[in-house]
Amino acid sequence: MKKWAEDVEELVHSGRIKVPYTWSVGEVGSRFFIELRNNQKIYGKRCPACKKVLVPARKLCGQCFQQTDEWVEVGQQGVVQTFTVVRYSSAVQPLKPPFGYGIIKLDGADTGMTHLLWGTDPTKWQVGMRVQAVFKDKRAGNIMDIAYFRPLMA
Amino acid sequence: MERIAIVGVGQTKYERKKKEDTFADLVFEATSQALRDAQMTIKGIDNVVTVSNDFWDGRTISSMAVMDACGAYEKNVSTVEGDGTFGVLYGMLRILSGSFGTTLVVAHSKGSESDPSLITNGMFDPLYQRALGLDAITSSALQAKAYMQKYGISEEQCALVSVKNHKNAKNNPYAQLPMDISVQDVLVSRLLADPIKLLDASPISDGACAVILANEKRAKKIAQKPVWIKGIGHCAEGYFLGDRDLAEIPSLIAAAKKAYGMAGITNPSKEIDVAEIYDAFSYMELLWSEGLGFAGRGEGGKLIDSRQTQINGKLPINPSGGVLSAHAVLVAGLARVAEGALQLRGDAGARQVGGAKTALAHGINGPCGQSHCVIVLGKS
Repeated sequence: MKKWAEDVEELVHSGRIKVPYTWSVGEVGSRFFIELRNNQKIYGKRCPACKKVLVPARKLCGQCFQQTDEWVEVGQQGVVQTFTVVRYSSAVQPLKPPFGYGIIKLDGADTGMTHLLWGTDPTKWQVGMRVQAVFKDKRAGNIMDIAYFRPLMA
Repeated sequence: MERIAIVGVGQTKYERKKKEDTFADLVFEATSQALRDAQMTIKGIDNVVTVSNDFWDGRTISSMAVMDACGAYEKNVSTVEGDGTFGVLYGMLRILSGSFGTTLVVAHSKGSESDPSLITNGMFDPLYQRALGLDAITSSALQAKAYMQKYGISEEQCALVSVKNHKNAKNNPYAQLPMDISVQDVLVSRLLADPIKLLDASPISDGACAVILANEKRAKKIAQKPVWIKGIGHCAEGYFLGDRDLAEIPSLIAAAKKAYGMAGITNPSKEIDVAEIYDAFSYMELLWSEGLGFAGRGEGGKLIDSRQTQINGKLPINPSGGVLSAHAVLVAGLARVAEGALQLRGDAGARQVGGAKTALAHGINGPCGQSHCVIVLGKS
């Protein structure tokens, strides 16, 4: 079957959708980020039903369908439950590869927090290693106030 | 419950960049093929479910943009923003509501037209996760590592999935990446985000797929051999990656249990003759196989080693080449359903599995298989 593109130049139309948003952070998120920004502290919230401390702090425990209540400060160190070392670039990545992502169970938390891993040799990283939160000097009240988690190497 | 049949299927060829076709062109092609396959005209379609995503299409209410192309003019049309298997679920429910005798379900996607990393980054919440730059590949890498570490699954076992599926794709004229590759080729392919390498990952694809559903009364009047939906189950789990143990698959286990219960299946690895499952990354075929009960927990690696899932094995998985060989996002789950139907009709050509009476199709939605839809198909 003859393709029309043999006779007609195939055009593409380039565009870009750029739409600004101002997402409300909400009461719980605002308190969580203010603690990061002002005090370099990481907080979770406890579910009154399952007693789990959810980190980062959230208003709801989805599993129990309950509002969380007690604010609990968790450690700035934790254990890496899983991680990856990124080797390709994408415009959305905040660091230049190679860098890592990890799911980190902070001391005193019952859920993992997903964040960046950086600062030591990634070929030495292991599941189960301990990591330390490294805060930015200039903090804006968002998740990137933690610059990354630095693996604590033996 | 009233029985629902698949009475027609249509697919475009999946390609890296279908520069000749707009996405409406793809919808028209898949819809026309499904109608031809069913030996029906658009007049026989009572309502339409489109499957699309506004981010991928780059316009809002993307379903409305393909209304003409799917023959929904002056018909009731609704949309699923999610995998095509969920489109089948919704299309089926619309018939079961009693309002319609037939539903056309059509999914389209052109991964080539934007940047998949940016688009899939958009599935993460803007407050806690998105700024980290996670996308489909990096989040799946977290799951791959969690699963492989916890259950001792090797990179070679994952690579075997890629070798098998790309080889199967050679028998599928719609597949994008038919290839003869070795385990070694997979292992030395470019590292994307460990343990995921280029040949462990599905490609960027353009394509569309359409499936026509009918109730029993209408199916009897349609010339094409019906394939029956014997069971269907779906289930979702937590949104935040850190709230889940990514090595565990409770939502898939629950979805499979519902689908098997409805279909009367008690021993899936014996009773399912062929399965088409959502292997966006090689590890997924192993992990999902466990959730579907084709292997015990942690035994997905042994399953691929046993060669039982090869096209001539006891339980062929992804004889079409699977999602690893063509991954039009959202379309891929619907393609699994279409492939399952072709297998049961005996119309799967060179990728036909001998004597298949019961097939399984599976789709996922959300990061790391946050939700699953399991569909059991039968010949009678």
